[in-house]
Amino acid sequence: MAFLSVESLQKSFVSPDGERRTIVDVRDFHLQAGQQLALRGESGSGKTTFLHLIAGILAADRGSIRLGEDDMAKLKEASRDRLRALTIGYIFQTFNLLQGYTCLENVLLAMSFGPGADTAHATSVLKRVGLGHRLHHYPRQLSTGQQQRVAVARAMANRPKLVLADEPTGNLDRKNAADSLGLIRETCVENGSALLLVTHDGGVLASFEEAQDFAQLNRASREAAS
Amino acid sequence: MTLPLIVRRSLRQHLLSTIVTVLSIGLAGGLLISIWVVKDQAQATFTQVNIGFDAVLGARGSKLQLVLNSIFHLEASPGNVSQADYQYIKHHPAVKLAIPIAVGDNLRGYRVVGTIPELFTEVEYKPGTKFALEPGGRLFDPAAKEAVVGNFAASRLGLKVGDTFHPFHGLAYNPKEQHADIYTVTGILAPSNTPADKVVWIPIHGLQTMSGHDPNAATDVSAVLIQLRAPAAGFRLDMMYNKQGNRLTFAYPIGAIVADLFSKISWFSQVLALVAYLVAVVSAAGVLVAIYNSMAARRRDIAILRSLGARRRTVFSAIVLEAAAIGLLGMITAFGFYLVIMNGVAAVIRAQTGVLLTPWARDPVMLWAPAAMVALCALGGIVPALVAYRTEIASNLAPTS
Repeated sequence: MAFLSVESLQKSFVSPDGERRTIVDVRDFHLQAGQQLALRGESGSGKTTFLHLIAGILAADRGSIRLGEDDMAKLKEASRDRLRALTIGYIFQTFNLLQGYTCLENVLLAMSFGPGADTAHATSVLKRVGLGHRLHHYPRQLSTGQQQRVAVARAMANRPKLVLADEPTGNLDRKNAADSLGLIRETCVENGSALLLVTHDGGVLASFEEAQDFAQLNRASREAAS
Repeated sequence: MTLPLIVRRSLRQHLLSTIVTVLSIGLAGGLLISIWVVKDQAQATFTQVNIGFDAVLGARGSKLQLVLNSIFHLEASPGNVSQADYQYIKHHPAVKLAIPIAVGDNLRGYRVVGTIPELFTEVEYKPGTKFALEPGGRLFDPAAKEAVVGNFAASRLGLKVGDTFHPFHGLAYNPKEQHADIYTVTGILAPSNTPADKVVWIPIHGLQTMSGHDPNAATDVSAVLIQLRAPAAGFRLDMMYNKQGNRLTFAYPIGAIVADLFSKISWFSQVLALVAYLVAVVSAAGVLVAIYNSMAARRRDIAILRSLGARRRTVFSAIVLEAAAIGLLGMITAFGFYLVIMNGVAAVIRAQTGVLLTPWARDPVMLWAPAAMVALCALGGIVPALVAYRTEIASNLAPTS
């Protein structure tokens, strides 16, 4: 049974020249509970928009995005925020850590919007990603690789059913990228989370058993290419 | 815990702007509270100052001038009261006690006032309390060149029991106007927080016959302080001296005459209050501007919070709460500024009048001013909070791929 089912999803924007352009047009996309899938996509292919739609950060123009019992595409914004906090962990290329907050507070804050802040659990998640000794450090005091691990811990803290990762290794060197990717995949398995990762990095794609081409999936980019 | 944490972190992240806005609120609030307390306390205190007397009899002139001169030791004497007039009122059946005073000399700016020892032995300057002397002192001998010095004047002039001094002629200090007479300090008054504290008291006979004073007026007094047997007598004497007579002025009741002064200058305290209101509004606007100007830098953090699941109304509330927190911190600071301002004002008022205001006394303004300022700041916070509310996540979470 698919946990994530996207059907007839469309999203368009008005471009600066006043023309409405469809960015995402996905007929049919499914992800099983616990499944790990990599989507290959070039910059500007609309894959970030696709992840934003699934996460409810953007409202869909039409179509459905079923996450278990709920349809993200049908919900009002406040409900989308709540559903995102409870069921989705989001890992960004630029980490998007809050600079004024310690590692622990970054994780606790994410939990507070979802099931509720739990210092013991937040600490254990940070220990799991190898940062048990950096709980009260600020992001600027950490290396890039460590910052990405805080971002992973934050995404995992609410035991999300689905983890969305947008070029999560794009800002890391080869060694850190491999470590980080391994960590994301392992913790998803431990939490029973499905993982949908988008990247244009061939090395990352090759490490996934299952990979799809986002250009094939997204009819909007197919049309743009033709 | 979420909102307080967001507010605390945000205040710390914009620390300089937080400190500056808190201080500006603090100054404005301190000013507002000070103006209010000084206004309330000055009116309440001064209208109660009568150092135990009901009325003052003096030369024909303004009642206010008479009260200011004889009770507060401010202003000049409107003129003299003859010995015959003094004796008449002293023996009037409605009068319980009559204390004459004579003014016209000073000691380095502090007034030298002649009176009789009964002022210190008979009069309760406030109910149940008579003037007392500091240990080691005694009252002056009415026939000797001796002085009892008010506590504030003694500490300012550096006088102690056994010291001697030459009085100076006139109410204002002029080193050239020194009298030849030498007075010896026999006692220092314990603090009474009344105008008597800033006076150098000598026997009235001494002041009347000071070298260089007009011998023809040597039996005149400047004013007579009066205690009545019954209040109703005050109106009868008022009628007799003020309406039917034309030589003397009978100032009664003292409190009403001072209250009349305050009502005459009420426009001034209204202007001060208006200034304080404006300063408060401007500093609350400062909070609005400070937060608003930082919104560009905050957009990314807001987008991140939203991406983690924070609702629009959560980030809106966080900004309003932050503005209110600045208002609250500012008003806590305001009490510090208030104490500094108020102690300064109280020192000036004490030096000028001998009357002591109490900065620690509670006043309603200490509750409503902080509440109003916090509300005003929260109101100002709504403007940047709307910017936060409208912040879109996707466009502020760079880069996209």
